[in-house]
Amino acid sequence: MRTARAAGIVAIAVFRESVRDKIFYNLVLFAVLLVGASVLIGQLTAGQDVKIIKDLGLSATSVFGVFVAIFVGISLVSKEVDRRSVYPLLAKPIRRSELIAGKYAGLLLTLLLNTAVMTIALYTVLFFLSRGVPENIQHAWDAPALDPALLKAIALIYVDVAVVTAVALFFSSYSSPMLSAVFTLGVYVVGQFNADLKRFDQIVSAPAAAIIAKTAYYVLPDFSRFDVKLAVVHGVPVSGAYMTSAVLYALAYIAALLFGAMAIFSRRDFK
Amino acid sequence: MSAPAIRTRELTKDFPVGFWRPRPYRALDRLSIDVAQGDVFGFLGPNGAGKTTTLKLLMQLVFPTSGDAEILGRPVGDVAVRRRIGYLPENPYFYDHLTAEELLEYYGRLFGMPAAERRGRIAATLDRLGIGAERRLQLRKFSKGMLQRVGLAQALLNDPEVLFLDEPMSGLDPLGRRDVRALILELRDAGRTIFFSSHILSDAEALCSRVAIVAKGRLAGAGRLADMQEFAVKGWELVMANVPASALDRLRPRARGVVTIAADRYAIDIAPDGHPEGLLRELIAAGATLVSLNPVRETLEDVFVRRVSAVGDGARPSAGEGRPR
Repeated sequence: MRTARAAGIVAIAVFRESVRDKIFYNLVLFAVLLVGASVLIGQLTAGQDVKIIKDLGLSATSVFGVFVAIFVGISLVSKEVDRRSVYPLLAKPIRRSELIAGKYAGLLLTLLLNTAVMTIALYTVLFFLSRGVPENIQHAWDAPALDPALLKAIALIYVDVAVVTAVALFFSSYSSPMLSAVFTLGVYVVGQFNADLKRFDQIVSAPAAAIIAKTAYYVLPDFSRFDVKLAVVHGVPVSGAYMTSAVLYALAYIAALLFGAMAIFSRRDFK
Repeated sequence: MSAPAIRTRELTKDFPVGFWRPRPYRALDRLSIDVAQGDVFGFLGPNGAGKTTTLKLLMQLVFPTSGDAEILGRPVGDVAVRRRIGYLPENPYFYDHLTAEELLEYYGRLFGMPAAERRGRIAATLDRLGIGAERRLQLRKFSKGMLQRVGLAQALLNDPEVLFLDEPMSGLDPLGRRDVRALILELRDAGRTIFFSSHILSDAEALCSRVAIVAKGRLAGAGRLADMQEFAVKGWELVMANVPASALDRLRPRARGVVTIAADRYAIDIAPDGHPEGLLRELIAAGATLVSLNPVRETLEDVFVRRVSAVGDGARPSAGEGRPR
C-alpha cells in the first residue's frame, strides 16, 4: 500500500514533467503528418486512400510511440542521475524500487495520453475521408473506414511501447543514455525478427551462431507478436485469445525487466 | 543521554577507477565522528577531501565499502528516518518543467503530509526563503542562486530534526549568504542539528559549535574550532593611515614589523600578546586613522597540508591500506 502510494506520487510528477517536455511537440508533428498525408493521398489515389491512411496512421502511432518510449524512457532515470535531481529525491522517504516503479507508471500514463490523442487524430481523418464516399465503393473496402478493430491494433501498439519502455528503463538503470538508447534500439530491432532467430540453424551451418541466435530468441522479446496492423487494415480478424496471449507475454517481460531494473538501481552508487 | 544526531564508525568508501582493469580508489578512509543533537557541525576540507562522499554515504546515495553510520539512532538505510531529516545537495538541480510550488508539492506528498498542512508548509517555506511570485515559474527559468534557495526550501519542508547541507553558500550572492547564515542560526536556536560541509573557513567560524576537518579522505581533526590550536590567533595586522612620524617611532619596538603601504599608511604586525587595543588607542590619540584590524590565522589549507603530512606523507591512503579487519 505504502509502495503503491509512493510510486503513484512519482508517476504523477513524471506525467506532469513529460507532458510539458517533449510529448506535446511529438503529438503536433504526428497530427500534421497525418493530416498532410491524408490530403495528399486523397488526391493521388482512388478508393485505396482509406486503407493507406489506416496503414500510415497505425505505423506512425507505433513509430512515434516507440520513439517516445525509448528517448523519454531512457532520460527518465539517466537524466535524474546526470543532473543529480535524484539526490534530494532519494533523501525523502522513498525506496529506490518505488522510484523505478513510479517512473515506469508515469511514462505509461504519458504514453497512454500520446496513444489516445493519435487514435483520435486517426479516426478523425478517417471520418472526413470516408464522408461522401458512395456506398458501393465503401462495400468494396476490406473493412469499414471507422473499423473498431483498429483499436485492437492500437492496443497492441500500446503494449509494444510498454515493453520498449521497460527495456529502456532497464538499460538506463545502470548505463549511460547513449548506450541505453543503442541497446534498447538494438533489442527492439532484433526483437522484430525474433521468429527468424528460432529458425537460424536452418539458414547457417555454424553451430555457434545457431546457439547464439537460439539464445537471443529465448531471451529477447518477440516484438512481432504485437504487430497486427496489416491484419486489421485488411479486415483479417484478430482473436481475443491472441490478444490475451500477447498481453500476458508482454506482462511477463515487463515484470522481469522492472525487477531487474529495481535490483540494479537499488545497489547503484551515485558518484 | 540521547543518541547522537549523527554517528559514523570506521566509515570507508572505495570507488573503482579505470575502465579495463578498475582499481579501488579510497575516497573516504575509516571516518568516525559523533554529532550531538542541537550542534551546528562544520564538516570542513578542501575540494576533493571526501566531504560530499561522506554526505552521500549518510544519504545512502552511495553505499559504504566498510563501516556504518546512524542518524538519530537509526541505520542510514532506514527509510523512516528520512521523514526527520532534510538534505541540500551541492549545486542542487531539479526538474526543468515543474514550478517551485509543484516541486515542493511533490516532495510534500512523499512525506505523507495531509493536503491542508502541505499547502501551508509549502507557502511558509517559500516565504521564509524569499521566493515570492517566482514560485509559479518553471524551474528552468531560475538562476543558480534561486535554485539554491529552492534547494534549501525542499530541505526544510518537513521541518527536519537534522539538516544536511552540502556547500550551502555555493552560488549565492552576499545577500543570499547573509540570509543563509541567519537561517542556520535561527534553526540552531530552534534546537535543530545542522551538519554542513564547506571549504570556506569564515562560514564555519561564524556558525559552527564544532567542526571536523577531512583531508584526502581522512579525518584530520575534530573538536571545537576555538580549541583547535591551528586556528588560534597568531598575531594581529593593524592598518593605520595619517600616522605621525613620532607615533610611528614609538610603536616600532612594540611591533613585530611595520610595512609602508602608501605615503602615510602602514601595516603594523603585532604579536598575539601585543595588546592591539592599547596600540590602537595611542595611535588614534596621536591623530592617526584606523583602516582595519584583523587577526592573523593560518589558513584552512595550511592546516590541511600540515595535518595530513603528520598522518602520513600527504598522499591519499590506498584502498588496501589500513582497512578495518
